[in-house]
Parts: sequence; structure tokens; C-alpha cells
Amino acid sequence: MATPLKRVRGLGAARHGTETFWRQRLTAVANVPLVIFLIWFVVSHAGASYDSVRQSLSNPMVAVLMLALIWSSAIHMRIGLREIIEDYLHNKLCKTSSLMLATFFAAGVAIASTYAIMKISFGG
Amino acid sequence: MTNKLEAERPLSPHLQIYRPMLTMLMSIAHRITGASLAIGFALLTWWLVATSMGPDAYSFVQSFFGSFIGRALLFAFTWALIHHMLGGIRHLIWDTGTGLDIPTVERFALGTIVGSVTLTVLVWLIAYYVMGGL
Repeated sequence: MATPLKRVRGLGAARHGTETFWRQRLTAVANVPLVIFLIWFVVSHAGASYDSVRQSLSNPMVAVLMLALIWSSAIHMRIGLREIIEDYLHNKLCKTSSLMLATFFAAGVAIASTYAIMKISFGG
Repeated sequence: MTNKLEAERPLSPHLQIYRPMLTMLMSIAHRITGASLAIGFALLTWWLVATSMGPDAYSFVQSFFGSFIGRALLFAFTWALIHHMLGGIRHLIWDTGTGLDIPTVERFALGTIVGSVTLTVLVWLIAYYVMGGL
């Protein structure tokens, strides 16, 4: 007999338990200081020259915080986009392809940004 | 017969039944700003990739962000980011089980709107000051 307790112990119908819920909170908490850092960085470099922006981005502290922001945001964004898609798109083909696109988009921007930060940091 | 039964069974009231309320609009705004931030993330990626590519790509992206459309996009991005962040902090407070009574929820909603608009304007004033435009 499947009691509610048994369902929870088996991590629910999706078998992921509260993992996604928790990950969304974890990345949200991380994103608060990281977003403040991004706003500070962009504002302090408003209208800055190419050389000064490149130099600032190659600073290890800035690069590490940027990478943290990129990865935390990408994970947070993927969960958020998936939730919206699952709520509003019910056509199987439309839903599945949108979910795939959301993942591709999150991975795409994260990989491209990471590559850019690495290239700037290591002077490529 | 089945169709008739389906039509007659009680249906839960949906969005169009309710009078728009501030808290409802805030919930919708949190989703819309969240989804829009995907565009903001793409803009950030473009800026970083252009900077990694060289001076030409950088000056192209800078001239786009300096244009009227570019500035409007960045302004919208700033507001969406701050609004979603404040809305998120509100959700984190609720996750602790506090602030769930109606008066507090209403105050949070108003605070998020006033806070996001004020902070966005402040950020842009500082940015223009940094650029020497003030």
C-alpha cells in the first residue's frame, strides 16, 4: 500500500524529491550577492575602454565571481524556465521541445560566457 | 453523455474570474521578469564573448548598448533583475514561514515595486555619473 510517507521515502512521483526546490533556493541565495556584484561591475565600467574592461575581467577575483554568477544563474534560469514551460505548455511535442530548448539555451550561454572569461583571463 | 457531464461538473475559478489584486500581479511579474532575464543573460553573454574576441567586436557591442534601443533594453534588464531579486528575497523570507499574513504580504508587494523602481533609477544615475554624463 502506497501511503503518503512511502511516496515521500521513494522521493515522490518524479523520484527527485525536493532536490529541484532546494537547488532553486540555493542558487537564489547565491545570486543575491552575485547580482549586486554584476551591477557594481557594469556600472563602474560604464563607457570604459576595451583595455580597461579586459584588464578588470582578467582579475582573478572578478573572473571567479563572474563564473559563479554565470553558473548559479544558469542553473536557476533552467529550473525557472522549466517550471513556466511545464505550467503553460501541455502539448507533448511543444512541451518536450521547449524543455529541451530551455536546457540548450541555459547550457549555451553558460558555456559561451565561461569560455569568454577563461579566454580573457588566460590572455587568449 | 460524457461531454455533457464534463460541462456540468463544477470548475475551479481561473484567472479571469478574479479581480486583479496587487499580490496576484506581483506573482505574475515575478514570472515575467524571471523569463525576461533569459534575454538579459544572452546580452551579458554577448558582451563577455565580444570582449574576449577583440577591440572591434567590443566596440560594436558597446555602440549597440549605447544606442537608444540598447539603453532601453539595458534599463529594462536592470529593472527586471532588481525586481526579480527583491521578489526572490521576499520568497526566501516566506520560505522561513514568516511574513505570510495578508498585511505583511501587501507591504512586501508595495516595497518590492517601490524598491525596484528606486534602485533602478539610482543605479542608472550612478552609471551616468561614472560616464561623466551628470
